[in-house]
Amino acid sequence: MRVALFITCFNDTLFPDTGKALVTVLERLGHVVDFPAAQTCCGQAHINTGYRRDAVPLMRRFVDVFAGAEAVVAPSASCAGTIRDLYPALANETGDASLAAAVRETGARTWEFTEFLVRRLGVTDVGAYFPHRVTYHPTCHSLRVLRVGDAPERLLRAVRGLDYVPLPQGDECCGFGGTFAVKNADTSVAMLGDKLRAVQATKAEVCVAADNSCLMHIGGALHRQRAGIRIAHIAQVLASTESERLA
Amino acid sequence: MTGIGTRPGRPLPRFEALAPARLDDAQLRRNLGKATATIRGKRQTVVDELPHWEALREEGRAAKAAVLAELDVRLEQLEARVRAAGGQVHWAPTAADATRIVGDIAARHAAREVIKVKSITTDEIRLNEALAARGIVATETDLAELIIQLAGEPSSHILVPAIHKNRSEIRELFVARLGQGDLTDEPRALAGAARRHLRAKFLSVPMAVSGANFAVAETGAVCVVESEGNGRMCLTLPRVLVTVMGIEKVVASWDDLGTMLQLLPRSSTGERMNPYTSIWTGVTPGDGPEEFHLVLLDNGRTQVLADSVGRQALQCIRCSACLNVCPVYERTGGHAYASVYPGPIGAILTPQLLGVEQADSLPYASTLCGACYDVCPVKINIPEVLVHLRGRAVERQAAGAGTHPYPRLERLAMRLAAWAFGSTTRYTLATRVARVALRLLGGGGAVTRLPGYGARWTAVRDLPPPPAQSFRDWWDART
Ligand code: SF4
Repeated sequence: MRVALFITCFNDTLFPDTGKALVTVLERLGHVVDFPAAQTCCGQAHINTGYRRDAVPLMRRFVDVFAGAEAVVAPSASCAGTIRDLYPALANETGDASLAAAVRETGARTWEFTEFLVRRLGVTDVGAYFPHRVTYHPTCHSLRVLRVGDAPERLLRAVRGLDYVPLPQGDECCGFGGTFAVKNADTSVAMLGDKLRAVQATKAEVCVAADNSCLMHIGGALHRQRAGIRIAHIAQVLASTESERLA
Repeated sequence: MTGIGTRPGRPLPRFEALAPARLDDAQLRRNLGKATATIRGKRQTVVDELPHWEALREEGRAAKAAVLAELDVRLEQLEARVRAAGGQVHWAPTAADATRIVGDIAARHAAREVIKVKSITTDEIRLNEALAARGIVATETDLAELIIQLAGEPSSHILVPAIHKNRSEIRELFVARLGQGDLTDEPRALAGAARRHLRAKFLSVPMAVSGANFAVAETGAVCVVESEGNGRMCLTLPRVLVTVMGIEKVVASWDDLGTMLQLLPRSSTGERMNPYTSIWTGVTPGDGPEEFHLVLLDNGRTQVLADSVGRQALQCIRCSACLNVCPVYERTGGHAYASVYPGPIGAILTPQLLGVEQADSLPYASTLCGACYDVCPVKINIPEVLVHLRGRAVERQAAGAGTHPYPRLERLAMRLAAWAFGSTTRYTLATRVARVALRLLGGGGAVTRLPGYGARWTAVRDLPPPPAQSFRDWWDART
């Protein structure tokens, strides 16, 4: 299959290794990856902060850029969720019926990486090797907007050498919430504290998730506290093999 | 004393300003963590018993949405049925109208004292204060409401108003305020003390004021659901009963009431059925109150109804399941919302009732984690409404209204980002500048200190060292 990669502005800028890993996994499975160069940002932060009108041109751009793609895959549950869950209402507000139709149609072809592997491609064993103790934080938007279910856990359990430890109270929010982390910094930190305790209780070496934004929040505090636990996007674990460790 | 935040024309204090003191209150954090975890567990158990729970939720949503779509007709039907059954109906467009109506009824009966149950709607209109101004003392009879009334504090939870207090704090309060010296902090002893205090009131006070959970348009029946039986005493013993009900509480039919009574107890207290369900229709000679008044309160609700996205907030049956699962509420408690309606439902209802510019921090008091939407028995898409109201808050801020501390700066930053992301060239340049800036700030390593608002991030978190190459650069070099 030809897969169009939506890297997301955040991963493009700060976490390019995640994008490389995603390409590695899909190519290993025999698929062709395209990277439409005109893509920029989905406008999630604008919509979620209330700047809806500023996000409209970004939405139009997204729909145009990915018009012909068979499948659009993103290494971010919250960006994929923006396309599928937030765009339809925003498109309706513009009163442009053809845009609204295009948004719905693009949304139906847009996937978060782990759900794409498990649901669309029907793969759980991607041929990865990762001999580490790993816990997984199911991000809110992967769970409750995209409903990826246990897709990420199934992928991790199929990785050779990987010692998977479920995260206690995993489905509770880590407190990131985009601009919430700065607008409500105190509450965000209170939520983060409980998440860190849960992560540390697993005695994992690596905490993975399907969103680098929540991971940057969790990992930023783990690093500050010198907790000795590193973070990695799930794509990087799935891309790792005996010959190359990518997480 | 109760009802903060509903004074017309005065904006609420911002959530992020009130939250830190609550987050620092160790007793509060422990009480709340324990109480919400217990209720969450109980709810899950009784919900899992019902294989058709999702279908039931959909039924509840559809029933509420349908009645809201023809609210005028249903309310007139309710009014006619209540009148036909010997009750009196009053329309109260505003809080002031409602408190005047209730005060006038009390004055007509020369009541110096009233007893109350199901008080959240009367908290919204600050009824106790209004009655006090006319020399009428209102006594709350729900145990938790009584506790916070004695403490002089507002409610912090819809269903468990004193959720922020534990039993030793309650004992101290009863000793001080009810003069019951030899009290232990055993729940049985505390309930006994409250009972002794309240029983005397039930037998002597001539008038009761209640809220309502539901009213049935097709029959004129009004329904109150409770756990203690004190409500039933209020609803049956005094000569005069006045029920103050938000206009959105009407349901079309007895069948719809049946749906609601399956959804509400499981969602709120985690019970299959609550202990006391009182349903009455008008007055019955020789049985219960001799006079029944139904006050139908608007107080901003028709304005909510006009918003096609926001109106789903009026489907709410006040079960408080969304509070109990909310990770923000669980840590800050209800008082940080400065509103009669706290938690996720408060964050979408209060700004709509007051005008979004009066409470424009509340839609932001959420990470949009979606836990509330999953448990809501009438399927209110709370995250959707939160995002929608953020949009309306920004519109009001652009017009110079609202309480945002730096609206112009935020608007500029958002505009700039949208402009930069509008072209590939600008995007590439902007993200490169960001990486270079982070490299300079971090000296090549992790960034431990950001300037300006970024400092709120780096107060407790590092940022990873920015990569030398973006994904885009890597891709271009690869092909
Ligand atoms: S919004 Fe839903 S979950 Fe929250 S109190 Fe209302 S009915 Fe219950």
